[in-house]
Amino acid sequence: MPSIKKPLIPLAAMPKNEIGLTIRDYEGSMSTLCAGCGHDSVTAAIVRALFELSVPPHKVVKMSGIGCSSKTTAYFDSAAHGFNSAHGRMAPIATGANAANRDALYVGISGDGDSLSIGAGHMVHAIRRNVHMIYVIENNGVYGLTKGQFSASADIGSAAKHGEANTVAPVDPVMLALSLGASFVARSFSGDKEQLVPILKAAAQHRGLALIDVISPCVQFNNHYGSTKSYRYVREHELREIDPDFIDTGREIVADLPRDGALMVAMHDGGLVRFRTLPAEYDPTDREAAMHYVNQAHARGEIPTGLLFVDESIPDVHELNHTSETPLVELPFDELCPGSAELEEFQQSFV
Amino acid sequence: MSVQSIAPEDSRSDGEPRINDFSLKFANVNGTGSASANNLILRAIFRMGVPVSGKNLFPSNIQGLPTWYEIRVSGKGHTSRSQRYDLMVAMNGQTYTEDIGQLAPGGYVLYDSTWPLPATLLRDDVNFLGVPLARLCGDAFSGPRERILMKNIAYAGAVSYLIGIDPQVLAELLEESYSGNQALRDSNQKALRLGYDYAEENLPAALPFRLEAGTGTAGKILIDGNTATALGCLYAGATVAAWYPITPATSVAENFHKLCERYRRRKVTLADGTVETRNDFVILQAEDELAALGMVIGASWAGARAFTSTSGPGISLMNELLGLAYYTEIPAVVINVQRTGPSTGMPTRVQQADLLECAYASHGDTKHILLLPADPRECFEFAVQAFDLAERFQTPVMMLSDLDIGMNDWAVDRFSWDDGYRPDRGRVLTDADIRKLGHFYRYGDEDSEFVTPRTIPGLSEHGAYFTRGSGHDRYGLYTEEADAYAQVVDRLAKKVEASAAHLPEPVIRMQDGATVGVITMGSCEGAVLEALEALSAEGTPLDYMRVRGFPFSASVRAFIDGHERCVVVEQNRDAQLRSLLILEAGVDGRRLGSILSYGGLPISAVQVIEGARREINQTGEQ
Repeated sequence: MPSIKKPLIPLAAMPKNEIGLTIRDYEGSMSTLCAGCGHDSVTAAIVRALFELSVPPHKVVKMSGIGCSSKTTAYFDSAAHGFNSAHGRMAPIATGANAANRDALYVGISGDGDSLSIGAGHMVHAIRRNVHMIYVIENNGVYGLTKGQFSASADIGSAAKHGEANTVAPVDPVMLALSLGASFVARSFSGDKEQLVPILKAAAQHRGLALIDVISPCVQFNNHYGSTKSYRYVREHELREIDPDFIDTGREIVADLPRDGALMVAMHDGGLVRFRTLPAEYDPTDREAAMHYVNQAHARGEIPTGLLFVDESIPDVHELNHTSETPLVELPFDELCPGSAELEEFQQSFV
Repeated sequence: MSVQSIAPEDSRSDGEPRINDFSLKFANVNGTGSASANNLILRAIFRMGVPVSGKNLFPSNIQGLPTWYEIRVSGKGHTSRSQRYDLMVAMNGQTYTEDIGQLAPGGYVLYDSTWPLPATLLRDDVNFLGVPLARLCGDAFSGPRERILMKNIAYAGAVSYLIGIDPQVLAELLEESYSGNQALRDSNQKALRLGYDYAEENLPAALPFRLEAGTGTAGKILIDGNTATALGCLYAGATVAAWYPITPATSVAENFHKLCERYRRRKVTLADGTVETRNDFVILQAEDELAALGMVIGASWAGARAFTSTSGPGISLMNELLGLAYYTEIPAVVINVQRTGPSTGMPTRVQQADLLECAYASHGDTKHILLLPADPRECFEFAVQAFDLAERFQTPVMMLSDLDIGMNDWAVDRFSWDDGYRPDRGRVLTDADIRKLGHFYRYGDEDSEFVTPRTIPGLSEHGAYFTRGSGHDRYGLYTEEADAYAQVVDRLAKKVEASAAHLPEPVIRMQDGATVGVITMGSCEGAVLEALEALSAEGTPLDYMRVRGFPFSASVRAFIDGHERCVVVEQNRDAQLRSLLILEAGVDGRRLGSILSYGGLPISAVQVIEGARREINQTGEQ
């Protein structure tokens, strides 16, 4: 399973973004996932979002753990550093990298095994700290690389490929994140790029951890009748009432925004989220309302998607720590080392 | 009794007191505030210019269990536990029997004579000195908590009188300690006086041992290893620390935090004119040790100097990511303040039993650079070196301190700092470097020490690479090809081996006529040197080598080759240093004897002497 570079096929002039790059500049190496894998659609959405945001490709830092989902960091933005680390450990490694250099866009890609089982504790604490990063869970309810075991997100009663039903209660990353005080919680579907791209763009401009649970069917092991993570099941049960648009205020004239009373949320790092549709009396900035809405939908057997909750007022890890604006990694040694005179002085309290 | 086998340093028998050569032991109940009293005595002796060491033998508990503190006064500067106690301050009724039983004949017991001692405890061959501490403090202080706390300071006063601590020095120390709290300073002064005056009026004027002010601590400081380690991390320029609370390593991170608050904070004026504090550091209290190392790896990968501090149980959890850092070649500094294992073991007791685990931590073929400091001064120096080595060799570096070094106060030479020091960041390429080279291969283009170049995420526009713990070739690309895989791991082996030349050389001391060498590491040093001195005096000179780093340098092997036989002294059950020497220095195990101490208390010179006699006799019999 080698790393395969994508062939460069000269096409007609491609549109360029604000920094003069085409979408190809945000692609990575060729995917080695199965044909039709939901994860490849998520990759494509990330490529699109980064391109449209005109992020300098090297200012992205790609973090992942181990599993099918975690392989996807190789498949976008090859001009960015990537770290395909150890199973479940993406969150602490991303936390450390972000501590060292706050001036980059951290894109963490994880899966349901990686984040809801082996790395569940780490994900919980990354959310608590509100690490400034995008945290995507490519959620397919199954262990793909080891060929089909149930994961912790498998619903009760959901059937495995050979028929047996899951009997253990699932971990729902959305409810978990909401209860932990997460500042940005979304759910989407890999088959719905139209919804996922604006969510990703809003996540990139969010201050703190933006958790995006993306139902991303596994075509090999969990796309059959009886599975609640199949394309068909998700399409039939998706409750798509909370639809955000991302408006990049850096590029668009805000005065021209439609004044139709739609809810707007200003993102910390620029841009606006405009909720095109919202259920009656639903306030995506109200955590309790979000929890209630999601719970109710689950009780009806529906899968609510969209930008379910956002709060731009919660401080991120660096604000809580009062970290200097200059990334720690750029501080010169002379400013970090107190020097010999201070050492002499310090030792006076030890005589 | 075997504990009598070391003669006092000052063995005059003409009735003159022994000067600056005695040991005190304090038996307390933990959580009653005795630590500050014992520490006051230690610091006062140190400030009088007399070499002294203190060892805290404490339980894994917050309040109510027995705890002991030992102070050894040694004009010659011996620091190991003496096990020959001249004065026992018996403040814990639960342990009276054991404590009084431990005294050498002719020794003294200081006890609270508010209540009579049970007759069963009395010994004819020791002297009982009663001070009615509870009554004195009950009369002098009103609050119940204060009455308990001040009993400790009162006994410190009585002990000060008995051994000859200068009252002026005590007053000075209290002044410094409580400069911000006059009420506390006054009550401490008062309690000290109570004990001192009572002793002066009621106790013998002269004991057969006492202090005499000198200059033996000139140029020295009294400091614990964990503070020294934290200071080293600060001076090395570490900006990120991640840790999980664990005895006995907690005070490394806590001291680092205090130091950062003092030296790494600055005021910034915001656009609206408000002034705020900004921190040039991030300290993360992680969810577990696994995460702590993950954070260090992330921060180091992103170009910061980062470290974690932990103890054995934390190292067990970190095994997974130590392998990741080794294979992906990411610097990581890990401070391991060792305690007694296995499992939870005895968290407040010492051992050197993590050596083999740290040398080969993680699954697969791995080997790690280790630094083995013996005292707080080396903790400071090696902590700085750990960062240089980790970045130069792009690999984890573990510094193996221990509870004895880390949590006890040691009198060591003052630390010095060369302002010309510049961190060795290793082979980090900038975009300009890459343009000049024309290419960048993350795991290719090795230098003469098998180190390959890296780039920093987010800072390098043309140096992106993909870091993976899965099989990779010299370009960093995924591989399952045997040769491409082997090429990388073969280089890793050579790289770690090459680091040996940059590690601190062993400390070697040779004696005329010695044929047997004694090898040791870390906090065994004091006990071993004292034992060698005693053995030499009785006609058995032995050579000495203390190893300070792993992989072993050529001089380690040369020392062993230069002796018929060597004996390895260490604080673990399985002779781990001996095993490592057999495995890694190619030494024939039949030429290596072993002296082991693993009960959890710091090794004493007596243990080494007895072990050495046994080993040398064995050599004779062969």
